[in-house]
Amino acid sequence: MIGRDLIGIEDLERSEIERILDTAERMREVGGRVVKKVPTLRGRTVVNLFFEASTRTRVSFEIAGKRLSADVVNFSPASSSLKKSESILDTARTLDAMDPDLVVVRHEVAGVPKRIADVLAAPVVNAGDGAHEHPTQALLDLLTVRQEKGRIDGLTVTIVGDILHSRVARSNIFGFTKLGAEVRVVGPPPMIPMNVETLGVKVFTTLRDALAGSDVVMALRIQNERLAGASVPSIREYSATFGLDRAKLHYAKDDAIVMHPGPVNRGVELSHDLTDDRPSVILDQVRNGVAIRMAVLYLFAGRPPSQSALGEGS
Amino acid sequence: MRISHEILERNDDIASLYLVAIPNGGIPLARILAANLRQIADEEPTVGVLDTTLYRDDLTSTAERPKLRLTEMPSAVDDRTVILVDDVVKSGRTIRAAMDALMDFGRPKMVQVVGLVDRGHRELPIKLDYVGKNVPTSPEEIVQLNGNDGRSGTPLEVVILPEDVREECAANRSST
Repeated sequence: MIGRDLIGIEDLERSEIERILDTAERMREVGGRVVKKVPTLRGRTVVNLFFEASTRTRVSFEIAGKRLSADVVNFSPASSSLKKSESILDTARTLDAMDPDLVVVRHEVAGVPKRIADVLAAPVVNAGDGAHEHPTQALLDLLTVRQEKGRIDGLTVTIVGDILHSRVARSNIFGFTKLGAEVRVVGPPPMIPMNVETLGVKVFTTLRDALAGSDVVMALRIQNERLAGASVPSIREYSATFGLDRAKLHYAKDDAIVMHPGPVNRGVELSHDLTDDRPSVILDQVRNGVAIRMAVLYLFAGRPPSQSALGEGS
Repeated sequence: MRISHEILERNDDIASLYLVAIPNGGIPLARILAANLRQIADEEPTVGVLDTTLYRDDLTSTAERPKLRLTEMPSAVDDRTVILVDDVVKSGRTIRAAMDALMDFGRPKMVQVVGLVDRGHRELPIKLDYVGKNVPTSPEEIVQLNGNDGRSGTPLEVVILPEDVREECAANRSST
């Protein structure tokens, strides 16, 4: 039922997403034990191939692999020496010759994990590629909301911020709409992609209108280097208009929760107190991240090779 | 009920007993045993649930990953007598997996095993301490328990299905 690789939420059926969430729910129990380790992937090798800097996601995959007894190897080639796609694929092929059972790939360019998956014998899990997708982030967000609200179907989820450059937003739009939620996006107009409505979301221009009736508010990280590109005049103006604090949160439902993929720019996307306390569930998201990645490794790593032919790459 | 009396004969401190059910078939059985023990001895053992899927020895060979089931261990197992409860025991591989899983939760004083139906065909050196019924079967047959729904007093019916219905009942089978 579940395919060989996990490249994006766009490729998954609703039932497959639910299967991963249900598996993660069970994996949470392992994380609560005194001995946080099960022998499931003993003797399997998971390679974290991170071309783009990442600490949180990489550590999360590493802990997940270790809790399942896999051997986890981290490989972070300096991306400056790997600008050409040929050398990226060569790196991947070299790794593949060492027979890993699964390769986790992050790259700043959209589409690279798919290209790598096409040439590798091992299954590939996308850990974020450019502005394309970040499927495990969306899955952990779905799990967190399902735990908080008991369901996804029928909820209103509002994503605030730089939708245009955000792979987290894209993956979450696919995930939440597939599971029956209404997804709204709001942010400075230059940060809203053209024709985003075709993905099944509603576009709002003011935070107040977007938040009205929302069950879940998801703030995205503002990347300073992208602000330098003059999408919005200043951090201060962004914060005043789209930064969340308790006063603005009153526009949403009384029991609305606040999410953020981290790391938070305190005082920009979220006020200090909202970062640390309920109704924000940021640390639950991190905890669920390990459970989701355990579920993904369990479901995708080290299955007997399928009949699918190995592509020849470029 | 007979198994409950046998458990009492071998264990005098019911309060320190820990019944650990192997899902799904072991769960109603463990509840029945706990209720019987409370009725007989006026003391109730702890009941836990332990899924063995992540400890299986055949994960390399299965194309589709098996679904994970509930694990709920309400208290520590250290220095307690743990009784593993399963409905149908055949190869003994599930019991092996359950023992490994149990050891990750601590160091029990002793481990005993209840099997409601013992089919034989052991592939590992594992014997049951308490057996509801020995049911000689051929390895290919499927054993289905009807009435194993947790209602004490419901008579259990053991149905041996021939090999050719294997496909149909694969979904709700409770053997191995």
